[in-house]
Amino acid sequence: MNKPVRAMAIVCLLMFLALLLNANVVQFVQADDLNAKEGNRRVIDEQFSRERGAIIVDGEPIAQSVPVKDKWQFQRKYTDPKLYAPVTGYFSYIYGREGIEQSYNDILSGSDDRLFVNRVIDVISNDQPQGGSVELTLDPAAQKAAFDGLADLGEKTRGAVVALNPQNGDILAMVSQPTYNPNALASHDLDKVTTAMRRLENDENQPLINRGTQTTLPPGSTFKAVTAAAGIEDLGLKADDDVRGGATLGFPGIDYKLTNQGGSDCGGNPITFERALEVSCNVSFGWMAGKVGQDKLAEQATKFGFGSRPLDDLSSAASRFTADPDAELEAPQLAQSGIGQYEVAATPLQMAMVAGTVANDGVLMKPRVVRTVRAPNLSILEQPEPQELERAMSASDARELNDMMVAVVDDGTGSPAAIPGVKVGGKTGTAESAPDRPPYAWFISFAPADDPQVAVAVLVESAQNTSDIGGGRLGGPIARSVMEAVLR
Amino acid sequence: MSSPGATPAWIPRKRRTAELGLLLLAIAIGIGSYAAVGLGIDGTVPAGIYTVGAVYAVVALGAHVAVRRFAGYADPVLLPVVVALNGIGLTMIYRIDLGLEANGSGFGPFAQGQLRWTILGVLMFVAVLALIRDHRRLQQYTYTFGLGAIVLLVLPILPVIGNAKRGAQIWIQLGPFSFQPAEAAKIALAIFFAGYLVAKRDALALAGRRVLGVDLPRGRDLGPILLGWLVSVGILVFQRDLGSSLLFFGLFVVMLYVATERPGWLVVGGLLFAAGAWFGYAAFGHVRDRFDAWLDPWADPDKNYQIITALYGLAHGGLLGRGWGQGSPEMTPFGFSDFILSSIGEELGLTGLMAVLVAYGLIVERGLRIALTCRDAFGKLLAVGLSVSFALQVFVVAGGVMRLIPLTGLTAPFLAAGGSSIIMNWIIVALLLRISDQTRRPAPEVSTISGDDQTQVVKLS
Repeated sequence: MNKPVRAMAIVCLLMFLALLLNANVVQFVQADDLNAKEGNRRVIDEQFSRERGAIIVDGEPIAQSVPVKDKWQFQRKYTDPKLYAPVTGYFSYIYGREGIEQSYNDILSGSDDRLFVNRVIDVISNDQPQGGSVELTLDPAAQKAAFDGLADLGEKTRGAVVALNPQNGDILAMVSQPTYNPNALASHDLDKVTTAMRRLENDENQPLINRGTQTTLPPGSTFKAVTAAAGIEDLGLKADDDVRGGATLGFPGIDYKLTNQGGSDCGGNPITFERALEVSCNVSFGWMAGKVGQDKLAEQATKFGFGSRPLDDLSSAASRFTADPDAELEAPQLAQSGIGQYEVAATPLQMAMVAGTVANDGVLMKPRVVRTVRAPNLSILEQPEPQELERAMSASDARELNDMMVAVVDDGTGSPAAIPGVKVGGKTGTAESAPDRPPYAWFISFAPADDPQVAVAVLVESAQNTSDIGGGRLGGPIARSVMEAVLR
Repeated sequence: MSSPGATPAWIPRKRRTAELGLLLLAIAIGIGSYAAVGLGIDGTVPAGIYTVGAVYAVVALGAHVAVRRFAGYADPVLLPVVVALNGIGLTMIYRIDLGLEANGSGFGPFAQGQLRWTILGVLMFVAVLALIRDHRRLQQYTYTFGLGAIVLLVLPILPVIGNAKRGAQIWIQLGPFSFQPAEAAKIALAIFFAGYLVAKRDALALAGRRVLGVDLPRGRDLGPILLGWLVSVGILVFQRDLGSSLLFFGLFVVMLYVATERPGWLVVGGLLFAAGAWFGYAAFGHVRDRFDAWLDPWADPDKNYQIITALYGLAHGGLLGRGWGQGSPEMTPFGFSDFILSSIGEELGLTGLMAVLVAYGLIVERGLRIALTCRDAFGKLLAVGLSVSFALQVFVVAGGVMRLIPLTGLTAPFLAAGGSSIIMNWIIVALLLRISDQTRRPAPEVSTISGDDQTQVVKLS
């Protein structure tokens, strides 16, 4: 009977080989997929139980994990939670992650491949794995100034401020109002988390949205900076050249006239290009958009970053010149687009990029919000170099527009942003959306004009304290205080 | 080791000291892992380390002494492997007790009970070795064991003592004790099959007609064993104990094949199994559920929560595991019993799970080795039956937990919480050691041929 016994020994061997192989398939080959499955509480628990790395601004942690005595051992804590929420996002057991907590999760949780050696050491020394840290480019003073500026407009204000360094793309301030407290979502009391989230989701003012990168609205007259750039680049216009002025712009065969705000005549017809920008003359820029043509104007917008999502680190929306890039605009629509209406929609980040590009001699830098990424032992894993995205204008043309925008602050609608002793460039915007709601106030600016350190975009969607909304009056002072905070 | 050319037979060494060495290692694994759980969960060595450790060491060493005393020539590897597995199982159950307690779950604790069952299992182990000095005596009770197996299987269906848990009517309840008779029936059935097949093997192998290339035995030769098997499987199917019915069927086919040396039986068995599986799928909703859960557990995550969390646990363990006490095996329902292999995979990783599987494999292949060297047909068949059923059981339970095959519900021998399983598996090991002792013991002729000195040398080494 030994032959069948030997045969059974081989059969048993094969069964055990199958089991061993199967264990390898599940625990090695499929492990990553299984770990990534939604609802895999083990992985969520484990990430919750780790000493997650800090998010740092100017050397101070704004998000960090502190030891607590419960089953997860660490509690995520946000200092100045409402101030930084649009950038940090949240880290929640139930609702996952948002913001930097999401985009740099691998680093913060310590599961990034570059931390592999650390993990091996942790395993050998039986230490809990530790996450790396992420240092942001934010300037706390600018962030505070932007936050206070919006907060001063009242509790129900909806708006956003984005400030960046035009020369290297560093985002210095990113504020969204209303905001939320990420500590409420990171709590270990899961019932409270659910309640807090439900309240945030049901809030009609959508506090969870980062309006700086996610909200696209008609940029209104701030878009005239783009139209002006196209006028200079494609039509060869200079600041002193005459452009169409007057009270209305008509279109042959069409019963529609483009008018100025308040029905003004912009101070005559013709007027100089510079004067048209100073008084934000709709007729001039509607006319200019027609002269430049849809294709060239759209191309200029694209060069400034429209149509793309250049900021990888935070969830963001792409700005647009037309809803459908292939659609042919009719003359009045093109004229309206030239003044930032019709289908033009931009995020505050995008408009800050426009201002920054004009200030930076026409070069668009890639915006970034992370300065350095470090391993738990503080060695640097990642330190992005400033990256040039696009040359949007020639240097001389950019300087022409730069001077014109300085004139807007010195002599025109942008005067609330003026800082004594500093050359500031800017452009106001008051955008209409629907007839039944107040317009949006926009303001973009940069300073100092000859050595730009900061470019700011301010958007006020609605403010509690005022019915008369105007870009220069509402946005100008906020932009000024942010710029002052950076320059100080 | 050297023997004069005159010695005709192979005289194995006893290797009891080697067994002791391996056993100490196995005890160290058990106590070390127990300490590691305390360190992993509380940061300190568990308070009971000395008492629990001492109890476990004494129990294991007691088994070793019994082997020295009653089965001096037995295989030296089996006992240490079993002690290591049993220790790992105890630790894992203790660890999940702590996890369930922290969760505020109403289950547990199981570890103390498991330790008590282990002690009882080892006592049974010793008793088997002490009482059954020659396994061939079991052959005399062939039909008694056959009848006993069926009685055992019927018990859970009887009123009062029968007890249904988790949809399977496979338990009997006697006061505070619940027992799963299928585990005991497995051994009885293996003895019955072995005894019957030895008696009838010539008739089964030679007499009969050839149908479709397979030599079928006569009905009166095959009848009783077929009946015994049919009743067993039938009862189990109605008790919804799919794992055990599969196991009994495999045991039956394999022993028939080994006894008759006809591979055709494996083919017939395979076809019958396929037909049975198809019928089960078509006729029983719970079989279909298991099959569907195997194909795609995520199609109904709520219903298949157990297998899904088990897979998550395995994946979370990865290559090296979370470490004792640092995973979440308590999240998997029945992670201390039916799903203990996934708990092992989570905390000890792929490495630990493979080590456990290899340990199981060692037991099986050692058992088959005992069958190979066994000189009497009954012992040979019994050793094959016990080893292969052990292998099948491990394959079915591990394959089910890891989604290699549909889940059928069997216990992982020596690891899973459960008294019947622990006791019966210790008895199986005792029987294998008994056969091994008989096999390796020098035949009386040998000692008469060789001089007294020679015998002395053999005994010492």
